[in-house]
Amino acid sequence: MANLYTDNPELRFHLQNPMMKRICELKERGYADKDIYDYAPRDFEDAIDSYDKVLEIVGQVASDVIEPNAEAVDIEGAHCANGRVTYAQGTQVNLDAMIKAGLNGVTMPRRFGGLNLPVTPYIIASEIVSIADASFDNIWSLQDCIETLYAFGNDEQREKYIPRVCAGETMSMDLTEPDAGSDLQRVQLKATFDEENNCWRLNGVKRFITNGDSDIHLVLARSEEGTTDGRGLSMFIYDKQDGGVDVRRIEQKMGIHGSPTCELVFKNAKCELCGERRLGLIKYVMSLMNGARLGIASQSVGISQKAYTEALAYAKDRKQFGKAIIDMPPVYDMLATIKAKIDAGRSLLYQTSRYVDIYKALESIAMTRPLTPEERKEAKQYSRLADAFTPLAKGMNSEYANQNTYDCIQVHGGSGFMMEYACQRLYRDARITSIYEGTTQLQVVAAIRYVTNGTYATILRELEQEPVHESVKPLMDRVVKMTDKLDAVVARTKELTDALAAPDAPVDAQDVLDLLSRHLYEIAAVTVMSCLLVRDASAAPELFATSAQVYVNLAESEVAKHASFVENFRPEQLAAYRR
Amino acid sequence: MSLKIVVLAKQVPDTRNVGKDAMKEDGTINRAALPAIFNPEDLNALEQALKLKDAFPGSTVSLLTMGPGRAAEILREGLYRGVDQGFLLTDRAFAGADTLATSYALATAIRKIGDFDIIIGGRQAIDGDTAQVGPQVAEKLGLPQVTYAEEILNLDKKIRTITILRHIDGGVETVEAPLPLVVTVNGSAAPCRPRNAKLVMKYKRALGAQEKAALMQNGAELPYADLYETRPYLNLTEWSAADVDADLDQCGLNGSPTKVKTVMNISFQAKENKSLTGSDNDVEELVVELLSNHTIG
Repeated sequence: MANLYTDNPELRFHLQNPMMKRICELKERGYADKDIYDYAPRDFEDAIDSYDKVLEIVGQVASDVIEPNAEAVDIEGAHCANGRVTYAQGTQVNLDAMIKAGLNGVTMPRRFGGLNLPVTPYIIASEIVSIADASFDNIWSLQDCIETLYAFGNDEQREKYIPRVCAGETMSMDLTEPDAGSDLQRVQLKATFDEENNCWRLNGVKRFITNGDSDIHLVLARSEEGTTDGRGLSMFIYDKQDGGVDVRRIEQKMGIHGSPTCELVFKNAKCELCGERRLGLIKYVMSLMNGARLGIASQSVGISQKAYTEALAYAKDRKQFGKAIIDMPPVYDMLATIKAKIDAGRSLLYQTSRYVDIYKALESIAMTRPLTPEERKEAKQYSRLADAFTPLAKGMNSEYANQNTYDCIQVHGGSGFMMEYACQRLYRDARITSIYEGTTQLQVVAAIRYVTNGTYATILRELEQEPVHESVKPLMDRVVKMTDKLDAVVARTKELTDALAAPDAPVDAQDVLDLLSRHLYEIAAVTVMSCLLVRDASAAPELFATSAQVYVNLAESEVAKHASFVENFRPEQLAAYRR
Repeated sequence: MSLKIVVLAKQVPDTRNVGKDAMKEDGTINRAALPAIFNPEDLNALEQALKLKDAFPGSTVSLLTMGPGRAAEILREGLYRGVDQGFLLTDRAFAGADTLATSYALATAIRKIGDFDIIIGGRQAIDGDTAQVGPQVAEKLGLPQVTYAEEILNLDKKIRTITILRHIDGGVETVEAPLPLVVTVNGSAAPCRPRNAKLVMKYKRALGAQEKAALMQNGAELPYADLYETRPYLNLTEWSAADVDADLDQCGLNGSPTKVKTVMNISFQAKENKSLTGSDNDVEELVVELLSNHTIG
C-alpha cells in the first residue's frame, strides 16, 4: 500500500539524524513522562520508534485520504456565505481523518493532550501532508500557532486553548491588513480595553488571512492609542465561540484553492491579551513568523517532491522517437536537477528544524526551572542558528518549488499545460510559497546580516572540518572552495560599501548592499546546502550520492554566476537599475 | 446504554496485488509471497463498531480473530483504532478449518466473551470469498443476522432494535432487527478510520504469547520486558481450543467436511441475477447448476 512517508526513505533518514538524541532528551525532559502517560517513550530508541510510527500514520492518511481528495478540493475550493467559511468537501474529510488519527497538537506537552513530538518530526509530517495536498497543509499546520500561545500566553490561557487545539480545533494568525502586508508596523486594527466588561475589544479589518474562520485566532492589533509603529502593537487571542468576527469575503486565488483566504471584519470582538502589551510585533509575531516560515519551507519541499514524482512517472511512461523520454539527456537533466534541489533543500530544512528544536525545548524547560549556564549558552547558540537558517530554508525551498514545478510541466510537454494533469495544480500551488510569510526578498533581508557577519561561513568551516567518507571528499573539497568564494565576495562587498561610507559619497552604501544582497544570499545558501547534502551523502550514499554530485555541479555554477555579478559590480551602475 | 460489540476479523494474504508467484504448483496460496493484511471488509465492519462506540459512550468493542501467532497483528491494528480488547483464537487443533469449523470455533469463543449485543464482521474474506462465516456464526449462536450491511442507521436503546441499511441487488433496503444479532458489512461501507497516534504509541509493544516466545528464541531478552508486568494490556489474550471448551471433533481439519479435490482455473462470466424460492425444486435446480459449472462438487 502506498504510504507517502515510507515511500520517501529520505524522510526517515532525516528523522534519524544524530542530533535527534539531544533533541529527544530535551523534549522528553529525561523521559520523565514515561510513568505518567501510557504513550510516552521510555528512552531515545523508544522515542524515535514512536515518532516513526506516528509519521507512518501521517503517510497513510496522506496517501489514502488527502491525496485522492486533492484534485476535487482544488476544483471545488472553499466557500463563503453569511459571514462564515465552509471548506471544500474533501478538506473536511481530510480534517476529520486527521482528528481521528490524533494528529493535532503534535508538538504540545502531554499534560494538555498533545503528542509532545519535537519540531523535526512535525515538520516532516507537514512535508508529507504537502506532498498530498499543499492547500490542506495550510489549514492543518496552522496548529503551529499554538506554539506562540504556549510560549507567551499565561497558564489560564494554556489550560483553556491548548487542549482544544489538541482535540482538532483550527487556528489562524491574523496579521495582514490592506495597508500592512510586508510592513506589519502599519497595522491599524484597533484594540481597546472595555472597562465595563474587563476585557479587550477589537475593531477593524484584516485581509489575506489564511483559514480566517478558524476556531482560535492570534490577532495583531494596535493597543496603544496614538502610536504609529510596531511598538504600539500587541497580540490578542480571539475565540470564535465569543463571536464578533465575520468573514466578509474569501479571495479567488491562483492556487491553494482548498485554503480559504479571508477578509475579516472585527466588530467589537471580545478578545484576550496574549503576553505583554507592546510586544505583539517585536517579539511574538517574530516567533510566530519563524515557525510559519519553517512550515512554508516544508510545504515547498512537499510540493517539489510531488512534482518530482509526477515528472518521473510521466518521463518513464512517455515515448518519443522510439524511446522513453527519461532516457534523453535534456529530460534526465531536468529530473536529476529537481531531485538534487529537493535533497539539498531537505537537508537545509531539517538542519534548521533541528536547530529550532534545541532552542525551543530549552525555552520550554526554562518555564519550569532556571537553565544552567551551559544550557543558556546552548539555547542562545541554537536560537541564533535557527534565526540564521530559517530565512535560507524558506527562501530557497520556496524558489525551488517554483522552479521544480515549472520543470515538472516542462517534462510533461504539451500535456503539462492541460488541466487534466496534476502538474498544473502544483505549479499554481507553488507560486505563493515564495510570497507569503515573507517574500524571498524579505528572507534575504533577514539573512543578509548572517552573510556579512560571517555566521554562515563559520558554520561551513566547522562542518567542513568534520570527517566524511572517502567517496565524498572530492565533493567536500569543492564545497570548501565555494566557501572561500563566499568569503571573497563578502570581503569585496565590504570594500565597496566601506568606500561609500563618506557622507558625500555619490551612491548610498546601503542601496548597494541591498542590491547585492540577493546574490550574496544565493552564494551562501547553495554553499550551505551543498555542504549539508555532501554530509548526508557520506552517511547514506544509497540515498544521496547522485544528488550530491548533481547539486555540487549546480551550486558551483550558481556561485560562479553570482560571484561574477558581485565582483564586476560598480556602484555607479546602480543608476541603471533604479527606476 | 452501553453496548458490548464483538468484531470478527481475519488476517488474510493480500490477494489484491497478486504477482506470478501468488499460487503454488498445487493451486494453493503461496502465503510467503503475499503480505498478510487485515481483511479489507473486516475493516469496514470495525468502523461500524467504532462508530457505535462513539455514539454510545461506555460501549466496548472486542476484536476476535483466529489464526497462527502472527495474527496477533490484527489485534494490534484493532487496538490502534480504538478497540478495547482483543482475543486471538490459536491452536493447532484449529488448523485447516473450512467455514463450518471456523464458525464453530468463533461461536465458542464468542460464547466465552459472553453478554454481547452485536457481533459484526466483514461480508467475506479476500482469500476465500465465501461469505459463509458470518451467517454460520449467527446460526450456531441462534441469532438473527443482517448481511450486506452498508451502514448502521440507528439503534434504539429502549426497545433494543437496530436499523441497518442493506445493499441488495439494484438498490438498498432498510431493515430493523432485534438485538443481539450478527451483522456482516460490505466493502462499500464507510472506510475504517486511520490508526490513532496515541493508541499506536500505547499499544505498539502489545504481543501475543507466541510472538513473545519467538522474540525470546535462543535466549534473547524480551525488549522492555518489565512493561508486560506493569501494563497488563500489553499481553494480548490467546485462547486455545481448551480455553473455549471446543469439541475437537468440530475443530480444524476434523470438523471440516470441505475437501479440495482439484483446483481449476475458471473465469466467471457476467450473468443476470436470479431469484429463487425456498422450494425443493428450486434448491435442487441450483445445486445441479452449481455442480455442473464446478462452483461446488
